[in-house]
Amino acid sequence: MQKVKIFSRFERFWHWTQMAIVILLTITGFEIHGNYTIFGFEAAVRLHNASAITFILLGIFTIFWMFVSGQYKNFIPTRKNIIRQIRYYTYGMFKGEKHPSRRTMTNKMNPLQRFTYFGLLILIFPVQTITGLLYMYYHYPQNPIDADGLWIAVITHTMGAFLMVAFVIVHVYMTTTGHRITTDIKAMISGYEDEPEEETETKNQPA
Amino acid sequence: MNKSVQRLTTFLVVLVLPALVIFSTVHFGNRRGKPEKFIYQNRADIEKKVDHSEFEILQQDFERPQDLTAACLSCHNKRDDELMASAHWRWERESALPNGRGTVSIGKKNLINNYCASAESNNGSCMRCHIGYGWKDKTFDFEDPTNLDCLVCHDNTNTYKKRKGGAGMPSTPENATAEFPVPDFNYIAMNVGKPLKENCGFCHFHGGGGNNVKHGDLEEAMLDCSREVDVHMAKSGQDMSCNDCHITERHNITGRAYSVSSENNNRATCEHCHTSTPHNDKVIDLHNHKVACQTCHIPVYAKVNPTVMYWDWSVAGRTDENGNPITEYDVNHKYSYLSIKGRFVWDDHVRPEYFWFNGTADHYLYGDTISEIPVKINTLMGKYEEPDAKIWPVKVHRGKQAYDVVTKEIVNVKVFAEKKGEGAFWEDLKWDTAIQLGMEYAGRYYSGQHDFVSTEMYWPLNHQVSPKEQTLQCTDCHTRSEEGRLANLAGFYLPGRDYAKGVDYTGFILIILSIVGVAVHSLMRLIYKKG
Repeated sequence: MQKVKIFSRFERFWHWTQMAIVILLTITGFEIHGNYTIFGFEAAVRLHNASAITFILLGIFTIFWMFVSGQYKNFIPTRKNIIRQIRYYTYGMFKGEKHPSRRTMTNKMNPLQRFTYFGLLILIFPVQTITGLLYMYYHYPQNPIDADGLWIAVITHTMGAFLMVAFVIVHVYMTTTGHRITTDIKAMISGYEDEPEEETETKNQPA
Repeated sequence: MNKSVQRLTTFLVVLVLPALVIFSTVHFGNRRGKPEKFIYQNRADIEKKVDHSEFEILQQDFERPQDLTAACLSCHNKRDDELMASAHWRWERESALPNGRGTVSIGKKNLINNYCASAESNNGSCMRCHIGYGWKDKTFDFEDPTNLDCLVCHDNTNTYKKRKGGAGMPSTPENATAEFPVPDFNYIAMNVGKPLKENCGFCHFHGGGGNNVKHGDLEEAMLDCSREVDVHMAKSGQDMSCNDCHITERHNITGRAYSVSSENNNRATCEHCHTSTPHNDKVIDLHNHKVACQTCHIPVYAKVNPTVMYWDWSVAGRTDENGNPITEYDVNHKYSYLSIKGRFVWDDHVRPEYFWFNGTADHYLYGDTISEIPVKINTLMGKYEEPDAKIWPVKVHRGKQAYDVVTKEIVNVKVFAEKKGEGAFWEDLKWDTAIQLGMEYAGRYYSGQHDFVSTEMYWPLNHQVSPKEQTLQCTDCHTRSEEGRLANLAGFYLPGRDYAKGVDYTGFILIILSIVGVAVHSLMRLIYKKG
């Protein structure tokens, strides 16, 4: 066993802040969608709009940080070891096999995570942001482009929201699949992970 | 790194900083702007009135009202030109109809309505509200300026009245009654001024044959009402008069009634005073792109006295066993049946219906054949996609009225005459003669066979603005409830009301599948761990 630093201070701040914003966005979003009443419609709209702005600002800052620090490379998908990773989650871990990927500061994610988060960052976040901004600011849907009453924008936004909720459910569960149940969540809090030695690693490391 | 420093860092980056961000988001995000306060400065309070009692020409006993008009015009020259070009005088104006139906000259003079069918052919009764003296038939001289009735608008004594059934004439010594005495022209002439609420209300409160019958948002109670009834006109509030909003220059009065108007111009608007961003709050102000001020700020109308919602002419004419007309009353003591007019449904504190409206309207014209039932006597144009279209609160007046079954046209009916035997429906209760005479007067053909058809008239609401505490709230519209104000207004996506069923069902299935997947996976881990 050795303590390995996985997450920097900024990453941890980013993660937990984003978690809180996403929860706020989800709760208020589905209230606006008409599924229940918690804050009241007006408060839900104001909170949703405000969290959206915070989310975007945090996103801009994070993108900047990612590229400056080179950490963006953690999110570049790779096919290497992906079969082994799938096999581990669906079979190996039940048999008590060792985790096929080893995490380090420069290689935080296994190939499946890379795919999932890449999808999240490239697809869900931008789509939610763009459709959300459209709804907030594009008030003449027929001019200059006929957006057909923004149906497409709002429907896409709803689909993104459902995908996000599904992601959160699976994501929270997956944190329990580390070396021990709490290993991953502890790492996201303290930045350090207790890792058993001798594991293979995926090669796609930042310069 | 020192362990306690590390702990402090962890505490800061995973708890304190994120909490700070969320706290500021909630704190700064969930605030409503303070609306602009608008205090109206009544012009009448600033300007000193001319003292008409000092004018020599008015210090005489006028025998005929026309003589008084001549005296007015002797100083106020050229004003007759303005008035005689106005719709208040001509009861028609050149209007471009929507749908490429061309430009026509229309107005109260020649349009159908679904109250008494038309003013035309009922001059004696309807033209009481004409700003002239004696438009009792086609012989009326529209070119004679002395036929102008200055007093009905400018009498500031509240004593001037036009006689019922007098085609716009006040009483003469020959026909004066206790209710309608001969006006004291000399006294009135010395006390003229800008129109008061009472002047406009004399006609505009009583359209359709009684107080608040027609508009629903214009009635006598507004002469002395609370802020709850009308924030603008309330005596305890700003006590504004009609012309404070319906700004008038050279007798051109701003404001449109779409029962007779077609074009989107010369309107009196809320924005004129309040601007289009009065809430000082982005989310609320943005609504003005697509929602008229009136929609939220007039949540109910007919707040004091009831208005007519339904008028069924098809059952008119019933008499008792002695052949005498019948009157029946509803629980609120309003007439629900009159032999001469048919069946009525009244209502007060009415919830408006909502439509897209771009400020233009179409009208049923003489010669139009019925193509859909109910027949739309006037049609408010507009749909979501149009830049000018907004959601408006509307009084819809429904009814059944006579039409020609052969030509499929709505007919004029002669309902009014001074006495029996002239073929008027109110006197003789005979449909065929009344329609025949009505159509004849309007210069239209009548086949002789009539029946009744459902019709609708649309009245956009503008008055009886409620105090801000009583405006509509978000969830009055943004709701999935069938009771939502906009539950039936289609053609656009309304958050909180609309959703794509397929997307939502798929989404919830996805969430359930995620939970099931998580459950199965943890169960497997549990089983293998034990094994």
